[in-house]
This record gives sequence, C-alpha cells and structure tokens, in this order.
Amino acid sequence: MLRRSFVFKLLSVLTVVAGSAATRIRAAAQTVRYGMGVQIDKCIGCGRCVEACKEENGVPTEPFYFRTWVERYRIKKDETVVQNIDSRISTDPNPATDGEVLRSFFVPKLCNQCDSPPCVQVCPVGATFTTAEGVTLVDETRCIGCRYCIQACPYGARYLHPVRQVADKCTFCYHRVRQGLLPACVEVCPTQARIFGDLGSNASPLTRFRRMNKIHVLKPQMNTEPKVFYSEMDGEVR
Amino acid sequence: MTSPLYDLLRQITGYIYPNEIEIHWSILVVVYPYLTGLVAGAFILASLVKVFNVREVYSVYRLSLLTALAFLLIAPLPLLLHLSHPLRSYEIFLNPNLKSAMAMFGFVYAWYLMVVLILEIWFTYRRDMIVWAQGEKFPLRWLHRIMALFSRDISAKAVDFDRKAVKGITIIGIPSAFLLHGYVGFIFGSIKANPWWSSVLIPIVFLFSAIVSGIALVLLLYMVITPLRGEKIDMPCVDKISSYLFYAVILDFSLELLDFIHRLYESEESIKILTEMVMNKLFISLGVMQVLLGMLLPLGLLICIKLFRFDAELRKLLYFVSAILIQMGIFATRWNVVMGGQMFSKSLRGLTAYKMELTGVEGLLTAVALLIIPFFILALLIKILPPWDKAAAPASSEPAS
Repeated sequence: MLRRSFVFKLLSVLTVVAGSAATRIRAAAQTVRYGMGVQIDKCIGCGRCVEACKEENGVPTEPFYFRTWVERYRIKKDETVVQNIDSRISTDPNPATDGEVLRSFFVPKLCNQCDSPPCVQVCPVGATFTTAEGVTLVDETRCIGCRYCIQACPYGARYLHPVRQVADKCTFCYHRVRQGLLPACVEVCPTQARIFGDLGSNASPLTRFRRMNKIHVLKPQMNTEPKVFYSEMDGEVR
Repeated sequence: MTSPLYDLLRQITGYIYPNEIEIHWSILVVVYPYLTGLVAGAFILASLVKVFNVREVYSVYRLSLLTALAFLLIAPLPLLLHLSHPLRSYEIFLNPNLKSAMAMFGFVYAWYLMVVLILEIWFTYRRDMIVWAQGEKFPLRWLHRIMALFSRDISAKAVDFDRKAVKGITIIGIPSAFLLHGYVGFIFGSIKANPWWSSVLIPIVFLFSAIVSGIALVLLLYMVITPLRGEKIDMPCVDKISSYLFYAVILDFSLELLDFIHRLYESEESIKILTEMVMNKLFISLGVMQVLLGMLLPLGLLICIKLFRFDAELRKLLYFVSAILIQMGIFATRWNVVMGGQMFSKSLRGLTAYKMELTGVEGLLTAVALLIIPFFILALLIKILPPWDKAAAPASSEPAS
C-alpha cells in the first residue's frame, strides 16, 4: 500500500514537472522577436519592394504614402543628393557627371520596429502597441487620428491613411509572418537585400547576417533601439 | 480626384521623407495653445489680486476670471475638430495610455476647469448671486438661485468663508495655471524626434508667453468694455496691468532669446536646416511678426511710456496698440512653434510647405470662428455674472489678506 502510494505521488510530481517544462519550452519556442536586416550593397533600387508592399497592404498608390521606400544617395565632392526613387517626390536639379559623384547607393527604409518606440509612448489611447513578437502595430478601431505618433516617429515611417483616416505604418507584414511567410518586400527582393527572421534564433538568417556584417541602425542617438539593421551603411544616411 | 498634395510637390526644397509632405497639425493646433495661453494668463492676472493683494488691479479681477472661463470652455474644441475620428475622443478618458503626455489632457483640463476656475468663480460670486436673486424676476432669479446651488447664507461668517476659500483656491490655482500651459508646452517639448520642439525650455517659454497674452487680452477687454459701459477708464489700474505686461514681456523675450542663443551656440546637427527654415519659410511670421512687431515694438512702446510722462490719452492709445501687437506676436509664436516643427524634414535635408485651407473643418474660417466664439461666451457670462455690479462690491472689495 505504501509502495503504491509512493509511486502515485512520484508520478504526480513527474507529471507536474514535465507539464511545466513542456509549457516553458512551448513558450520559449513561441517567443520570437522579429527583425530585419538590410544589405545596402545589394540593393539595386528596383523599387519592387515598394510596389509589393503597396499591393499587399493596400497602401495608397499616390507618392505621399509609404510603408517602405527606397532612397538613392549620391555623395558628391561638396554635397549629398538624396532622392526617393519615386522621382515624383524630388528631382536632382543638377545631375552629376560621373566624376563628381564619390559614392552612390540605395537605402531601403521602413518602420524600424523599435524596442523603445516613441510612437507607442505618445499614443494617448494605446491604439499603437507592440506585440509579443516585438512588432509595433496600430489598432485601426481605436486610433482617434490625433497624429501625435506621426510627429514622434524620428524616421518618418508613419502616415495618415487618407481613406481610413488612421495612422498607418509597416507591420513587417504581420498577417503573413504569422502564417510562416516572409514579408512581401523580403519575398520579392531580387537581390535578397532584405533579410527577415527571428532575432533570438541562432538558426535564423538574420542572426547569420548580424554575425557576418558590421551593423548599424538609423539614428542611434534617439535611443529607440531599432530592430531594422543595416550593413555597409554610409555616414550620410539619416 | 487628384490629391491637393500634388501642388505641394513644387514647393519642396531638398529631400524630405516621402510621408512628410502632408503637414499633419494644422492651424487648429496653433489655435489650441493660443487659447490655453490666454486662459492661463488671464487667471494669473486675477490671482495677483487675491494672492499678492494688488488693489489697483481689483477692477479687472472678476473680468479676468470670466475671460479665463470663456476661453477655457472653447479650448478643447480645436483639438476635437482636428481629430480624424472625433467620435472616438472619449477613449482618452476611458482608456488613457498613462505614458502619453497627450492622454493627460483630459485630467489637466478637468482639474483646471472644475477644481480651480469654476470653484473660484462660484465662491467669488456666491453672495452676489444670492443678493441678485432676491431683487430679480424669472428667469434670472431662478438662474442665479440654481447657480448659487440654492444657498441663502450671506452672514458675515459665510462670506468670510467664501473669501478664505477663494484665497485657498487661488493658491492652488496658480500652479494649476502653470501646469495647464506648461503641460501644453511639454506636449511639444517632449518630442525628441523633432529638434525644433525638443527643448526643456519650450514649456517655460510657453508659460511666460501665456502670461503675456493673457494680461494683454484682459487689458484690451477692459479698455474696450469700460467706455462702452459709459464709465471712465481707471488709469492706475491700466498702468498697473501694463506694468505687469511690461515685466512679463521682458521675461518672455529673455527666455526666447536664451533658447535662440542656446540653439545657435550648440549648433547641433539640425542647425543648418533650421536656419534655412527660419530664413525662408518663417521669416515673415518669426522675424517680422513675432520678434519685430509682436515683441520689440510693443516693448519699445512700453519702455517709452515708462520713461516719458505722457498724458493719459496718449498712454491709453499706446497701451492699446501694444496689447494688440502683443496678441498678434503671441499668435505668431504659436504658429512658429507648431508649423516650424513640421516644415523641415526629420532627414534634416529639406523643407516642405503648409497650404492652409480656407473652408473645411481644419480651415482658416474654422480657426477664426474658434477665436471669436469665446468673446460671445464672455458677453453671455458678463450678462449673467456682471463683474462690475455695484451691489456686489461691499462683500468682495475687501482686500484679500
């Protein structure tokens, strides 16, 4: 009788321990932290990422609303000329001859999915929030349209959706990544300049990217702790 | 339909982030800090009578309180009209994000309106409302009775309590007025992404410019209303108010100058684009309207009045002109803060432009209406609660000691 009771208790304890360990393992497996890497040297400025993003997320086609865009930098001897590759935004009045341009490259931009996001801090009603995976989203049903978040974003990554009249921004294609797909911009990039993955996993291509490159983030002085990482980034990039 | 933003493309200089073409905080967001500034300033002027026992200013004590109330009632309207989803604005009260400066608006506003202003006005007028109701007919009789909350006690003890209560509320009220407008400044000053706004001095500059605009407004109102009532302007009172105005303008000017010098001396990364913006986009509104016409010229006039012995008529004229110029200057200050913070790109490489609508919810006409409505509310308040009723004088004209 005593032996049977002992075995029963032992089994109970083991079940509880095993259950709790399984829960912890499952939780650990679920706690991914998404991030993105951008290899500036690989970007050819084709703009497919911008088109794919607009198509996938219903971003208005006018050149005033972008969840992601690509900047073209031309560093000349005495000035830096930057353009959105959508030439309707700005044009270079003095196109440089080859001799004047010292460096030239493209820089894809998007919401930096900051770990310390000013937009979340300032939203008066909590419509902007960060998910467990570290993605900052906007609850369209709660946003009151005060646009404080647009003012607070140091990267110009937010806009007011002209139809829905709520703040809008890159979501890392949250609806896709939750299904195991890649964000649209990453999927269509012909040179794989964008790398998406879990920041915590050693097997993630993003971790390999961060291991193999010198990494920079945009405006580190803002202390926003971005989760979009750039390799080979020039000092002129803001 | 072609977006009106296409017209702005031609006015962009340099490079701006593509989402920055649209200026999000319109003229209504300029009107909002202007109105709250008038409230805070008018209240602080009223407080001088009760806390610092400045007898000369007694003539405008009640007028200042009513002015503050009239403008405070309208102050949230520009914000509400500016929201894309105004019907969801109640979320700020029900589900505030306690980390957000803007979410505190409801609490700061409610505190100032309910705990400070209405309570002080109630205690100030309680005895008078009871006395008025006794000699009035319906509907004013009932209105005053309801407003007095059916209290009937006008004994010396009760009136003494009223006076003590007013003094207590005023003492709480001064930091509250500072809080109200300092808080509005904090909304801008705490945006670290924006080098034009991000300054610890912004709330303080807002506060002193508020005091300047509030005092100037009450001065203007007093100088317009008194002759309309067929009364003579009380010159010692006007001289005293103008004296306060003079010191407040000097303080405000010094703080703004300090902010300017500090920015220039530090010469941070943003200095080039900010200089370009000030020299091009804000030259008229900042250089001419805010500094030259709105600050230096009235300051010069007020100095002249202090230095030379002008007669009363000329003094009145100069005070009046100074107060109008100051109002224009403070409105320009609000404009330059709000618009200046949005006209340059956070890439620090280019400038955009603001094209104001004439009609429409966020248009010029709405802004003008929001600036005029408080005067109608004030006229109504003056009708219901006459600030100069002689019957009210015995109880409240005693010095607050």
